[in-house]
Amino acid sequence: MTRRYSALSLFKEGLAGQKGWEPAWRSPEPKKTYDAIVIGGGGHGLATAYYLAKNHGITNVALLEKGWIGGGNTGRNTTVVRSNYYYPESVAIYDLAHRLYEGLSADLNYNVMLSQRGMVFLAHSINEMEITARTVNAMQINGIDAEIFSVDDVRRVAPMLNFSPNARFPILGGGWQGRAGTARHDAVAWGYARGASRLGVDIIQNCEITDFIIEGGRCRGVHTTRGSIRADRIGMAVAGHSSVLAAKAGFRLPVNSYALQACVSEPVKPILDTVVLSPGTGVYVSQSDKGEIVIGGALDRIPSYGQRGNLPVLEGVIAGLLEMFPTFAQLKLMRQWAGIVDVVPDSSPIIGESPLPNLFINCGWGTGGFKAIPAGGTLLAHLLATGKHHDISRPFDLDRFAFGRLLDEAAGSGIAH
Amino acid sequence: MQLFTCPFCGPRDETEFHFGGESGNLRPDGTDVTADRWASYLYMRDNPKGAAREIWVHMNCGEFFVMERDTVNHKVETSIALDSAEHA
Repeated sequence: MTRRYSALSLFKEGLAGQKGWEPAWRSPEPKKTYDAIVIGGGGHGLATAYYLAKNHGITNVALLEKGWIGGGNTGRNTTVVRSNYYYPESVAIYDLAHRLYEGLSADLNYNVMLSQRGMVFLAHSINEMEITARTVNAMQINGIDAEIFSVDDVRRVAPMLNFSPNARFPILGGGWQGRAGTARHDAVAWGYARGASRLGVDIIQNCEITDFIIEGGRCRGVHTTRGSIRADRIGMAVAGHSSVLAAKAGFRLPVNSYALQACVSEPVKPILDTVVLSPGTGVYVSQSDKGEIVIGGALDRIPSYGQRGNLPVLEGVIAGLLEMFPTFAQLKLMRQWAGIVDVVPDSSPIIGESPLPNLFINCGWGTGGFKAIPAGGTLLAHLLATGKHHDISRPFDLDRFAFGRLLDEAAGSGIAH
Repeated sequence: MQLFTCPFCGPRDETEFHFGGESGNLRPDGTDVTADRWASYLYMRDNPKGAAREIWVHMNCGEFFVMERDTVNHKVETSIALDSAEHA
């Protein structure tokens, strides 16, 4: 059987009729007990399982997914990877993710197609230029690559933008993070799944949690649609459904679930080779390797668990896109979808032990979870393995809400979620 | 485009409405409220999947009201003026 992916193995398999490939991950029946259980087969859960095995040697692990892996927000985002945040705590966590992404294809022996094509965040007024300068300064002080862009710099990287002086959102310049880019979202899920499975993790799909096993005030396992499974360390990374599981475990979270929509156009020839974000129109856009224009925007305005999205926000996003790129009016939309994201009041994630001992949570990434997958996995794995916070995750504990030590990135970096 | 019903103005476009929070989230009273109780009031939410009872405001007329709806299929059951609801 061919285990390692390489040009040579591809060539050999080509000669052998492609018959030697093994499934990328095993699908075993769940055992009765494990050393650790990870709930949620999205990027964060799969990464947690992988790093539990790789970094901590804990391989007797079950990863439980109610549907199929990568079928939630991991398959519903706009694939942007970046770390342009404001507070040092945020920079530490997002840059950990960014740096791990940079080595991920080699680490996993799975091409996640990271394309560091750079991202420009536009400024449409003198005031926005000043805020951009503040953001870029903060990033540089925190050791993240960032530059101020003049309007000529913006024109150089994205000449199709609307530079008309009469534009509703005239472009005065912007900020630039050259290491930002995109990655193939399915490959991130599948690569982590393959890596975890090889190290011994049981990946169990179509296995929904129906309740927690609570004994002596501690979490001792889960009841699932595929039977009861016990472990003394349980991690959950279920994004927009965190409140649903928290209710089963007997606590509440500072989370509101909203639909975040995205859409893609029909594929066209290369026209846009960076990621463009406009705080003014609230739209971010890039072009996929297949040629589709990938479009994202603001959250829906109605709390929701319906993975569809409502029409007014989609209309607003498309209007913003056409203001930025008038030529895109010729495109036809091919697909539209929504993921349910976990929005937290300070727009920062929640990582730590839950009010139910033995149950650890990783949630609250809101609209920005994809870029953080390697960090979320590393930090939740550290918590599950050691029972203690990693230095990087400590500021993101649930206790910050009672202490009032919020990390308000909506105010800090102007992100919309 | 979804229509929500304002108890005062009737069915209107969803964009005229703004979500105001979960119904029944009462502000703690008194001077000896614990930090956890404050955090619970300020931040912790039921965030239900399915049937929900919420406060909404119709931004055109400025009235707050209770809306009962389903957070999965978005079907609205009722809109109730606040003075006739048991609590906000």
